Amino acid sequence: MKTWLTMAEENNYILKVSDLAVKIQNQTILDHLNFNVKKGTTLAILGPNGAGKTVLFRTLLNLVPHTGSIEWTEKVKIGYVPQYVAVSDIPMSVREFLSIDGGVDLENSLKRVRLTDLSILNKRLGTLSGGQLRRVLIAWALNDNPNVLLLDEPTTGVDMDSEEPIYLMLNSIKETQKITIFLITHNIHIVQEYADYLLALNKCLTFCGPAEEIAKPDIQRQIYGETVCVETMRGEK
Amino acid sequence: MSEIVVYSVVTAVFVGISAGYLGSLMVLEKMALVGDALSHVALPGLAIGVLFNFDPLVGAFAFLFASAIIIWHLQRVTKISFEALIGAMFTFALASGILLLGDDLEALEEALFGDIAQVTIWHMGTAVIISIAAILLTKVIYRKLVLAMISEDLAISKGINVARTNLLYLFLVSLVVAIGIQIVGTLLVGFLVIVPAIAAKNLSGNMRRYSVYSAIFGVAAAVLGILLANYLGQPPGPMVVFSGITIFAVTVLVNWRLKLTR
Repeated sequence: MKTWLTMAEENNYILKVSDLAVKIQNQTILDHLNFNVKKGTTLAILGPNGAGKTVLFRTLLNLVPHTGSIEWTEKVKIGYVPQYVAVSDIPMSVREFLSIDGGVDLENSLKRVRLTDLSILNKRLGTLSGGQLRRVLIAWALNDNPNVLLLDEPTTGVDMDSEEPIYLMLNSIKETQKITIFLITHNIHIVQEYADYLLALNKCLTFCGPAEEIAKPDIQRQIYGETVCVETMRGEK
Repeated sequence: MSEIVVYSVVTAVFVGISAGYLGSLMVLEKMALVGDALSHVALPGLAIGVLFNFDPLVGAFAFLFASAIIIWHLQRVTKISFEALIGAMFTFALASGILLLGDDLEALEEALFGDIAQVTIWHMGTAVIISIAAILLTKVIYRKLVLAMISEDLAISKGINVARTNLLYLFLVSLVVAIGIQIVGTLLVGFLVIVPAIAAKNLSGNMRRYSVYSAIFGVAAAVLGILLANYLGQPPGPMVVFSGITIFAVTVLVNWRLKLTR
């Protein structure tokens, strides 16, 4: 039985994924994924290490050979923020990075990610704090005015106190710019507070449904316990 | 100043700029030794030129081009790192070159350490044209290469064909290495790709300054080395290396005192 993350009408979806599978060097990385994503929502992707979360992102970006179908329901422009970037050794300033494609209003670009001190433009990327770097990467991804944002663990390298403000900022960007956000995280609190839907992975889907269900102990057991693939969506938001 | 010295200095100016500029990317890609090792691959080509009595530079170009394609293709197929593949290729090339030139020690020394007496107006013209073309083409792909260094996935998601861009870059490095060989020889030409760039890195807080300083230090090391070699009657390769190392040492001191890149 084919089931979807949401059962709303067709034109509410921005992404439909059906029977998606990825094999790399004969190893199954993702198997039999079916889900839909509603426009203007935040989908959190959760799962243990090696569950295939980053591969799912790379597959959505069409960087990985796959079977099954990935159907973006309108012309999407995707902004992507990878988990790891190699900037420590590159003498590139924030100004140069943000204007790498040219034609960017730098002040506005920084304002969008709540960086108000313009002196950061002259700093080297490698000298930024974890939080500043993440914000600059998000600002760069937003420069193209995307309607979908893929964030792979957007608070990697960020201290705990600075995590929450980044998610608050992302929430505000989602509201004001009508962006659909996909984010990979390990933080259950973030899922509860900032995501609309949750997709739990362990090569196959182990849970998909409204994000607040993560609070239920049986759902947590379902996600973190022995892998049991699911085909049905739980509840509806 | 003799004609030959003028040809050598003009060649050194252009080789210095292009090697410094292209080398700035090679150092960031953590492929510094790739430039060095790639230069040795030219040796069998030079040897064949000497043996069969045609311009050794043509042989060097041919071998560097062929090697760049083989290395690029092997890397894509096997996923073995560029460094390892070039390491294997360069030792093979060095062994072949030494076997081919084994009896001709003078030609071997010229090939290894450079000889400005061999620089003709044709060589100079080739160096000027190739340097300008390599700099312009690298400028076009510079942004793509830097983005791919930051994150290959990020670059591909922006529609950049990283594999094709890397191949073009490898070709351009091969060209610059080939024209640099006549000035500093196959053994030392890698120096011109690495040292100006690491010296520039000591003084640069942004990419623009970094690439410009790399080119300037490349010219300074090459020209100073040629003039010293001419004045002291020494082979140019070692003189270029000494000039460059002096520049590098000065930049280390400046960075240490002024903390420019921290």
